[in-house]
Amino acid sequence: MSVKIDETLTVECETGNYHTFCPISCVSWLYQKIEDSFFLVVGTKTCGYFLQNALGVMIFAEPRYAMAELEEGDISAQLNDYEGLKRLCIRIRKDRDPSVIIWIGTCTTEIIKMDLEGMAPKLEWEIGIPILVARANGLDYAFTQGEDTVLAAMAHRCPEPEFSVRERKETIQKLFAFPSIKKGELVEYANHPSLVLFGSLPSNVASQLNLELKRQSIKVSGWLPAQRYTDLPSLGDGVYVCGVNPFLSRTATTLIRREKCELIGAPFPIGPDGTRAWIEKICPVFDVEPQGLEEREERVWESLKDYLDLVRGKSVFFMGDNLLEVSLARFLIRCGMIVHEIGIPYMDKRYQAAELSLLRDTCRRMCVPIPRIVEKPDNSNQIRRVRELQPDLAITGMAHANPLEARGISTKWSVEFTFAQIHGFVNARDVLELITRPLRRQKNLEDLGRTTLVKKSNKF
Amino acid sequence: MKLAHWMYAGPAHIGTLRVASSFKNVHAIMHAPLGDDYFNVMRSMLERERDFTAATASIVDRHVLARGSQERVVENIIRKDKEERPDLIILTPTCTSSILQEDLQNFVDRASTISDSNIIFADVDHYQVNEIQAADRTLEQVVRYYLDRCNRYETLDQFVTDVPSVNIIGIFTLGFHNQHDCRELRRLFRDLDIEINQIIPEGGSVEELKNLPKAWFNLIPYREVGLMTAIYLNKEFGMPCISTTPMGAVDMSECIRQIQQTVDTLAPSFSNKRVDYEPFIDVQTRFVSQAAWFSRSIDCQNLTGKETVVFGDATHAASITKILAREMGIRVSCAGTYCKHDAEWFKEQIKGFSDEILITDDHAKVGDMIARVEPSAIFGTQMERHIGKRLDIPCGVISAPVHIQNFPLGYRPFLGYEGTNQIADLVYNSFALGMEDHLLDLFGGHDTKEIMDKSLSTDIDLIWNPESRLELSKIPRFVREKVERNTEKFARKNGIQIITVEVMYAAKEALSTQLRQ
Repeated sequence: MSVKIDETLTVECETGNYHTFCPISCVSWLYQKIEDSFFLVVGTKTCGYFLQNALGVMIFAEPRYAMAELEEGDISAQLNDYEGLKRLCIRIRKDRDPSVIIWIGTCTTEIIKMDLEGMAPKLEWEIGIPILVARANGLDYAFTQGEDTVLAAMAHRCPEPEFSVRERKETIQKLFAFPSIKKGELVEYANHPSLVLFGSLPSNVASQLNLELKRQSIKVSGWLPAQRYTDLPSLGDGVYVCGVNPFLSRTATTLIRREKCELIGAPFPIGPDGTRAWIEKICPVFDVEPQGLEEREERVWESLKDYLDLVRGKSVFFMGDNLLEVSLARFLIRCGMIVHEIGIPYMDKRYQAAELSLLRDTCRRMCVPIPRIVEKPDNSNQIRRVRELQPDLAITGMAHANPLEARGISTKWSVEFTFAQIHGFVNARDVLELITRPLRRQKNLEDLGRTTLVKKSNKF
Repeated sequence: MKLAHWMYAGPAHIGTLRVASSFKNVHAIMHAPLGDDYFNVMRSMLERERDFTAATASIVDRHVLARGSQERVVENIIRKDKEERPDLIILTPTCTSSILQEDLQNFVDRASTISDSNIIFADVDHYQVNEIQAADRTLEQVVRYYLDRCNRYETLDQFVTDVPSVNIIGIFTLGFHNQHDCRELRRLFRDLDIEINQIIPEGGSVEELKNLPKAWFNLIPYREVGLMTAIYLNKEFGMPCISTTPMGAVDMSECIRQIQQTVDTLAPSFSNKRVDYEPFIDVQTRFVSQAAWFSRSIDCQNLTGKETVVFGDATHAASITKILAREMGIRVSCAGTYCKHDAEWFKEQIKGFSDEILITDDHAKVGDMIARVEPSAIFGTQMERHIGKRLDIPCGVISAPVHIQNFPLGYRPFLGYEGTNQIADLVYNSFALGMEDHLLDLFGGHDTKEIMDKSLSTDIDLIWNPESRLELSKIPRFVREKVERNTEKFARKNGIQIITVEVMYAAKEALSTQLRQ
């Protein structure tokens, strides 16, 4: 994997006083993705209150997650953590009978040094349900990185491949000789080592990407995570892995170091340009010549024409909170937008190397300077910059959206990109649908005047 | 350690932040990890606030864990002081800082020597108090801080105003319909010819707090927040306090009579004018408020004896219970509150107005109670609304915690005479939905639901013959399950195996005789 990035691309670092969701929010999409799981967040009222408010309606739908709320006795170690967790997990087993219980460690368990990793195997053995531990806390991580910690923990539970790569090749050759095997299925795909994709996506988006690779006769042998915990893919020496989201650097590291997989460093399949580059990086690894990608990308761009007319020449400011920023900015620059700033909570230059170099290429191609990338941004500095730059669109968290709107700056909530379907050729339209919504709304209200709805005396 | 899905009251720091962000030009700095500034989202989204919420976090990260906050908190305070020039900065601890046990007071002391703003450390412990209690304490702490300071410098002007005047204490951000209530109270005092000295914390300025003692008395509209401040002001300055919530026609009158009494007691020493609010109460109750008339109208007659369940914070649950029972003749089968710390007051308030009392902060217990009682309508929080949805029982939302739809743009006070109208609408509409359902069933509407077998009916082999099954299906849906269960209970008690139409009506008769006794 090449880590060399052009010198023109620099990453600044600010104070880290920015607004983002707590990484425990990952339970909201992961419990839906992994159907037989149960997430137990071991934390305080503060964590519970966040989940309750952030997840709104989902709370009432009897979700497969809950808080193990720590009380004063737990903090001062008057109560036995192990017994407490055992009691709760037994109740969860009785009520829900999940295939896996995932403990989400929080700031509190970190500070009081509750040994979740130590207790899990013991309890797992005692109650007979796998228990994973993910430390998705606000001391170390931001928002989507929560998923990263869960998937990294899950990677350890993936089964070993049944055969080594060499053996499998032989077996496949043998199978070819076997007339009883359905021939169609075998010739559809190139004969290549197994490929596992990692990153949680809605199942239809996952199958869209599977299909995209199938067109190149590449078979996706599994996803981390799968729809069910019991269907985790096989990982091990000789298995190739590729990420679909920019925030999965820990998972990538775990897959390389612990599971001995080969990582395919690629840009992320967000936007038609990203999707094409992603496939183009995967193909050569398996000695496959990409077929018809250029035309496919071209067709998608054509279908986006109405949206592109709306966004061309408009400027964007990413405040940064979910790590999707670089990929989205790259796509928007390709759409003809001007990006002032890419705020991002954390930048793993190694894991995002291919994405960063695609960003650089895109900027060259579109003849625009590379935007400044600000890691660990400072929201109050950023708001000052927004005031000076007056961008057409600020992509920001919910804490700042209404105040900016009241000051005449159009905004888009960044969280929506986390929950919307934005991957692959098919969903490029959805990204632009989101991006253009404030612009279209603005157009509708243009004639009303009064874009600034705060009193002059109020601070920006 | 306990298993929790949902909570009624938030963590302590939320209360402090609500008070801080209600005052003008006060900034809160949370000592918290990344992501704990979720309060800003709530305020910006629920209240649709146009301004940036004056709360930031001094981030606790891995480095802080290893080395302590050291200079960081002080730097952040001083930076805010320079950038925003607030009157007051409140350093707010969170659950994280409660366990770290850093000497935050020391940071405050150090920062005070450098910054121009006043700085205080909110005295709230995450593990001791909840959101509501923390808000009450913080408000008292801020008021005490400013008044003590004036006392020290002897700059306190203790002369009360010439005309009767009042402080309204406890209106604040993210409070249930607080903005509307505030407007309604302003109107009430204008009508009573009483000057409003100050309204705190919402929109108040901390520099003005020194003028609080100039008012004749304090009004605490909500029990949850403001009482501590009022008690302090009473102790220090002898200010009388009225804490009767002016919600519902009867308590409105009660509250105004208390105001009259207070004003009359003080009047001789200040202005010699006595007041008589009785004619005002009479006109308002009979003609401005529609609630008294509504109670007598035929609409309300139909609600007589209907069963309800009430749950919410102490103030709203108690007031609504009294309104339902006393003013509308509706039967409150169970009333409850999640304000466990105020249970005694609550019990005393609703004594005689409710069959049962439930004090809990466990939503599952509330759900079980509602399922058991099977009321015709629920009055509760958003949680009860969802329980109602699941059980097919209409629900009116009367208390926090709430969603964005409970921050209406239109004028919807719960207090005052206009509030009585709003509550009457809310109550009537909740039941009317039930009535519509009823009529649909009576006329065989579009109800195609099969009769669900509930737990009780499946354990013994009771057989409903076709006629009785048909008869059962004719019973309005919202009471059908109850009839089914009562009939089966009766059948079992009397050793009947096959339920016929006759058995059904025998059961009904037995039950009604039982009730009469």
